[in-house]
Amino acid sequence: MAVCVAVIAKENYPLYIRSVPTESELKFHYMVHTSLDVVDEKISAMGKALVDQRELYLGLLYPTEDYKVYGYVTNSKVKFVMVVDSSNTALRDNEIRSMFRKLHNSYTDVMCNPFYNPGDRIQSRAFDSMVTSMMVQVC
Amino acid sequence: MEATAGGGCGSGPPLLLSEGEQQCYSELFARCAGAAGGGPGSGPPEAARAAPGAATAAAGPVADLFRASQLPAETLHQITELCGAKRVGYFGPTQFYVALKLIAAAQSGLPVRIESIKCELPLPRFMMLKTDAEIRFGNPAELHGTKVQIPYLITEKSTFKRMDDEEKQQETQSPAMSPLASPPSSPPHYQRVPLSHGYSKLRSSTEQMHPAPYEARQSLVQPEGPSSGGPGPKPPRHQASLIRSFSVERELQDHSNYPDEPWRITEEQREYYVNQFRSLQPDPSSFISGSVAKNFFTKSKLSIPELSYIWELSDADCDGALTLPEFCAAFHLIVARKNGYPLPEGLPPTLQPEYLQAAFPKPKWECTLFDSYSESMPANQQPRDLNRMEKLSVKDMADFPAPTQDVTGDDKQALTSATDEALPKDISEDSATPKDPNSLKARPRSRSYSSTSIEEAMKRGEDPPTPPPRPQKTHSRASSLDLNKVFQPSVPASKSGLLPPPPALPPRPCPSQSEPASEAELHSQLNRATSQAAESSPTKKDIPYSQPPSKPIRRKFRPENQATESQEPSNTVGGPASVATVKPHPAVQKQSSKQKKAIQTAIRKNKEANAVLARLNSELQQQLKEVHQERIALENQLEQLRPVTVL
Repeated sequence: MAVCVAVIAKENYPLYIRSVPTESELKFHYMVHTSLDVVDEKISAMGKALVDQRELYLGLLYPTEDYKVYGYVTNSKVKFVMVVDSSNTALRDNEIRSMFRKLHNSYTDVMCNPFYNPGDRIQSRAFDSMVTSMMVQVC
Repeated sequence: MEATAGGGCGSGPPLLLSEGEQQCYSELFARCAGAAGGGPGSGPPEAARAAPGAATAAAGPVADLFRASQLPAETLHQITELCGAKRVGYFGPTQFYVALKLIAAAQSGLPVRIESIKCELPLPRFMMLKTDAEIRFGNPAELHGTKVQIPYLITEKSTFKRMDDEEKQQETQSPAMSPLASPPSSPPHYQRVPLSHGYSKLRSSTEQMHPAPYEARQSLVQPEGPSSGGPGPKPPRHQASLIRSFSVERELQDHSNYPDEPWRITEEQREYYVNQFRSLQPDPSSFISGSVAKNFFTKSKLSIPELSYIWELSDADCDGALTLPEFCAAFHLIVARKNGYPLPEGLPPTLQPEYLQAAFPKPKWECTLFDSYSESMPANQQPRDLNRMEKLSVKDMADFPAPTQDVTGDDKQALTSATDEALPKDISEDSATPKDPNSLKARPRSRSYSSTSIEEAMKRGEDPPTPPPRPQKTHSRASSLDLNKVFQPSVPASKSGLLPPPPALPPRPCPSQSEPASEAELHSQLNRATSQAAESSPTKKDIPYSQPPSKPIRRKFRPENQATESQEPSNTVGGPASVATVKPHPAVQKQSSKQKKAIQTAIRKNKEANAVLARLNSELQQQLKEVHQERIALENQLEQLRPVTVL
């Protein structure tokens, strides 16, 4: 269960960013922003030769005291960043992968919509509902 | 609430309510209760009771409800009497339920009696039901004619109406949508109508027509008492919509499996959607690509986020393309949205692709579609053929072609220029007479090929300009026309109209015969060469002839006038020419007639070949277009499936 989910465009501006405890939204935005550097580092480390073999799931980008940040990059350099609570130890890598896969599928569905211009903010209700389903449910 | 409870509450007759009825009635009761602020208001103001029913609420919700049932006022009176409201003085739950049941009975055609409610009845049908929005806006008020809330309503609705009207006027789709029965065709069950959008579903169910809302809104300015007898005061244009809406109503009442009536697509709507689909994509079993659909739906002037959402709803398989059922669903949602329905959270069951495919089986549609498509195809081809033939001749002749006769004429012109004999004159004369009547026929013929396709409209546009020059051509061939006019009385007597001059000669007065004839010959020859090169004796006549087209009469008179003058021309060429031509005249003309015949047959063969080739061409082009479209669709799919690698 993520605490914050962000979709970053190729040019490193956010297409979609949503966090659950809305009061600490700024903190999450900052974390996502800093994680972009790590993502770029991981991508460049792969090298051009490995582009095809590069796995989309980047894994744990960096851990902080309270949170862990996971990353995922698509072939079009759209990045998905997910922040999860460190205290949520039950969350395994597979689950994170499946969450990213769901994100990616929803993102492609959004892309399929001809009324969506790539580069716009994502305002799809289906996408929202999907993200809500994987966010931490705050009572 | 149970029937027993209802029965126990008041003095009404025992009611047996089915589950659905219970639900329905209790909801209705709750609404009325809520609207009236506790206890349904008194009955319709028209009720015999002089009680100032308006005291309970500005709009008697119960009365509205009853009016919504579209029963005549008398029946409503009877019902209120029977249900005991009048006796009791208020609409308690029992009375209310009895009344509802009686309404159902009345709507089913049963007499309004206590006994009739004992049997199984369908749920009472109400044309318009209140949502919170409605109640908020005091919708019923307008129907009651209470002035209090009407001005507010009117202003609101008029603003909506104007906005929508303007929108609609600008919409390319609006005229097309007008024949539609709008989604909220009368429901067997009441539905929620967010009146806040100013979409007034008037009692007379004019709601169902897209133009009706606008007309209805206009009629709101004069609040009409809505009742089943409503149509009377309404403008005549409502009549048609009423009739259609009623028919749609009946149609819908047949399948009442799904409660969400606004999302049900009627036959008319379905046909219309399919036609639109075909206009975008001829093959009904294939896809409309995302971009094409986007352009099309953008014309509906809905906001992009809304369109985006509609797409999300309707593109069930999220492939970026719309199949026919998906397209119908999307179109229907757009239509609904334009009429003020809020977009649903999820695709309603009646709009699911499977449901749509099942309800309107594809093969049947394909047959009809293909039939109509094939019909349109030959129609397509024919104007194209004509156009192509025209174009060919244009290119050839650098002249304005027109239907076949023109081609013939053009050919003749070419030949005449080549032969430079009386032939052209003959041919032109020949073509002149058949041309004139034929041209008239040809023009309407080309128009009769018109179909609904855009291409044909374009080609149709190309057709009209061409005919006008034709007469000029014939006229430019000069004397032929003139002679024709002169010879026409004798044409029947002539051989086959091929040789106007020779047959014309006899009827003509001798002195003027030779001269006009020679002049004609010379003129034609001269016209072949240049229009002004005529320096021969009939110079003066040349001028009038070459000034052609529109003045055959003048020519006619001219030769006569200048008959004497022709003898004067000092041109030696003219003199000897005229003299010389007189004698060989008949011989030349006979030869020319034979040649003319040969040429004509050749021309006909060429024409036929042309037509065949043109048709082939159009067919191949059509195939090419289809293949292109397929390719584009596939490319789109490929793009979407394969993420772009950008490095």
